[in-house]
Amino acid sequence: MFLEIHQLHKHFETAQGPLVVLQDINLGVQQGEFVCALGASGSGKSTLLRQIAGLDQPTAGQVRLQGRLVRGPGPDRGMVFQHYTLYPWMTVQQNTEFGLKLQGVPKTIRREQASYFLKVVGLTAYAHLLPKQLSGGMKQRVAIARALASEPKVLLLDEPFGALDIHTREAMHEFMLDLWQNTGLTIFMITHDVEEAVFLANRIFALGSRPGTVRQVITVNLPHRHRGIKRHASFHDYRDELMDLLRQHGQEALVGL
Amino acid sequence: MSPAESRPSIQPYLKPQTVTPSLFWRLAEDIPKPLQTALIGASLLLPLLLWWLVTTLGNIDPKFLPSPAQVIGAFGRLWSTGELIQDTVASLGRVGLGFALTILLSVPVGVLMGSFASLRALLEPLFALMRYMPAPAFIPLLILYLGIGEEPKIALIFLGTFFFNALMVMDTVKFVPKDLIEATYMLGGTRWAILTRVILPHILPGIIDACRINLAAAWQLVIVSELIAANEGLGRRISVAGRFLRTDEIFVGLIVIGVFGVLFDLLFQYLLRVSCQWASQKT
Repeated sequence: MFLEIHQLHKHFETAQGPLVVLQDINLGVQQGEFVCALGASGSGKSTLLRQIAGLDQPTAGQVRLQGRLVRGPGPDRGMVFQHYTLYPWMTVQQNTEFGLKLQGVPKTIRREQASYFLKVVGLTAYAHLLPKQLSGGMKQRVAIARALASEPKVLLLDEPFGALDIHTREAMHEFMLDLWQNTGLTIFMITHDVEEAVFLANRIFALGSRPGTVRQVITVNLPHRHRGIKRHASFHDYRDELMDLLRQHGQEALVGL
Repeated sequence: MSPAESRPSIQPYLKPQTVTPSLFWRLAEDIPKPLQTALIGASLLLPLLLWWLVTTLGNIDPKFLPSPAQVIGAFGRLWSTGELIQDTVASLGRVGLGFALTILLSVPVGVLMGSFASLRALLEPLFALMRYMPAPAFIPLLILYLGIGEEPKIALIFLGTFFFNALMVMDTVKFVPKDLIEATYMLGGTRWAILTRVILPHILPGIIDACRINLAAAWQLVIVSELIAANEGLGRRISVAGRFLRTDEIFVGLIVIGVFGVLFDLLFQYLLRVSCQWASQKT
């Protein structure tokens, strides 16, 4: 198993006593899979991603990547945050190169690497602009290029399209799918958006809330994915099933109610 | 609303206020450029005009309020003897040295205090206390420890600005988004890399602004510092002129000090604009 989460528990100490955020999380991800942890707020999905990223430590249990224990953050797990987190004083090119610069990669090599990934995300023409001159979708693409430049083993996406308007978001879904199909990267995404999960993921871990647990694992068997798949009956079936699941497990529906 | 539920309307009680359009009193909006230029010009010229009128038409003892002409005359006198330049250079030198020392020490200390809660807990209480001790109150101690040369003056300027600047720099660090720091860890950054390559560039506009504000305070302390047995300096000139009731020279000193203060401010604003283009609001 490429990425493995084993008996993971996480609780925080609060004034009212321990708050259990994640309980009994067991899941595995094969290399090259696109998986999604889907849940409403309070399902602990952000906390789960942070454990994999190494930004936080579990109270009990382990995260293993290629058999090795995850102890802290590092570029082998590329991360894209919801709110872009680009360095505002650096250009697009400099932002993309930054991870490589931190690791001491020589200038010509990192410039070439960054340029390559900027081409992959379609932003070559904007290499010398500052983040404030970019739209939300473009900023997120830079963040993705920046993470990819270090050739991570797994790409972690923290509700990456949540801050975008719906049109940009749909364009980014297609972009993400293309990227995955072209690179074969292992991707772990968290989101509350059911359609996004069904469109992009091979497998979906439906998380329950308070405490966060994996209620169900759903394998999404859709024919060749493209923009029009969202009108397909089977797409609707998956979406409906997941919506019901989320609602059924007593989660506050971020999608209505 | 169903017919059974008809309620009396609130309309009779509402008194609509109309806001009359006004150029001068636009709330939280820009005024047209010509008006702005005119008003700025007026703010400088009107007091000057008033001053000139009062001294020309009123029967005022020049020792009380000298006329603009007399002040200009005094300016010319002090300039031609070279005293004005000597004084200005001396004061600038003291402020320069004292404030340079402040910047050199307060920026790293402030950054460290802002970045590490441990250091903050260790130093902030002491700094907060020192900040409220008025620098002039240290004069006797400084003379005792450092004598009556340049050292106590520079130390005074340093004492009066270091703690303020360190605390202000410390405060800018908390505005560095946590996400940005975490993203840097995820890209392979060490703590040192985060301090120097993320926090420092991010807070640079804040540092420049804090320095701009505290330089104003330093410049004011020059006067106080020159009460410590100075031979020249703008503050010295004012206190000597005061003793001999040379009010026109007092005015010259004050105006020169004020003008330099404004120049420093403009210099820092320019520095900010040029070095931190990413931080400005407009694209």
